[in-house]
Amino acid sequence: MAEGMKMRAALQGDVAEVKVLMSHPMETGTRKDAKTDKLVPAHFINQVVATLNGKTVLEAQWGTAISKNPFLGFKVKGAKAGDKIAVNAVDNLGNKFDGEVAVA
Amino acid sequence: MDQLRRTFLKSAGVAGSVAVAIAAGLLKSGEALAAAWNTNAFGAKNISDAMSAAGFGGATESKDIDIKAPEIAENGSVVPVEVSCKIAGVTSMAIFVEKNPTPMIASFDFLAGAEPYVSTRIKMGQTSLVRVAVKAGGKTYMASKEVKVTIGGCGG
Repeated sequence: MAEGMKMRAALQGDVAEVKVLMSHPMETGTRKDAKTDKLVPAHFINQVVATLNGKTVLEAQWGTAISKNPFLGFKVKGAKAGDKIAVNAVDNLGNKFDGEVAVA
Repeated sequence: MDQLRRTFLKSAGVAGSVAVAIAAGLLKSGEALAAAWNTNAFGAKNISDAMSAAGFGGATESKDIDIKAPEIAENGSVVPVEVSCKIAGVTSMAIFVEKNPTPMIASFDFLAGAEPYVSTRIKMGQTSLVRVAVKAGGKTYMASKEVKVTIGGCGG
């Protein structure tokens, strides 16, 4: 299944521009399997939390309409080189995904 | 009557209920995840219901919300959307696609340090307005941009 995330955090001035790529099918629950003709059950990341040095900066709720292998970009002000940015995500089946990167 | 309808909508959203149950379980285990998944907003079938349920009802149009999205998206299953906002004190933002079966795409809460900016990729079933709503200083604002979709990206 999903193997976590790829992350990058680039500093521009005092703002860290963070890019996260997650590996997830993001099934809507309305798609039919071409072979079995049965609906593929919904399976999607629905909560994402980002932290800067352990302090929450962004909380997101997602529906099924975020594309497969989700991309998320966000910006954190007041970040310094070496700061830790972490992202935790949970899908509707309770699977957890974590990523962490140092601001560079 | 309306109450009945609500109850029905809730029971209809099986996936949503599962999600909420899981979210609730997570909250108990002391995770940093704050609010439970908004089943009503994500399950709403039209944009005004979705916006109200997400707390963005009655938003006023604003030119200070900048939505970057392609004019024409060849593949509706991957439409890049980048939103930034010049309004001061933005605490949350939500993305909607008017003509998707369930228009609510995502919501983002910005805590201390986060800029009012989000970039992601979304699914669009057909040509539609992409609407972004933000909350700042207790008020709600919104902006829209049309994206023409050649091949839809919902179901398949």
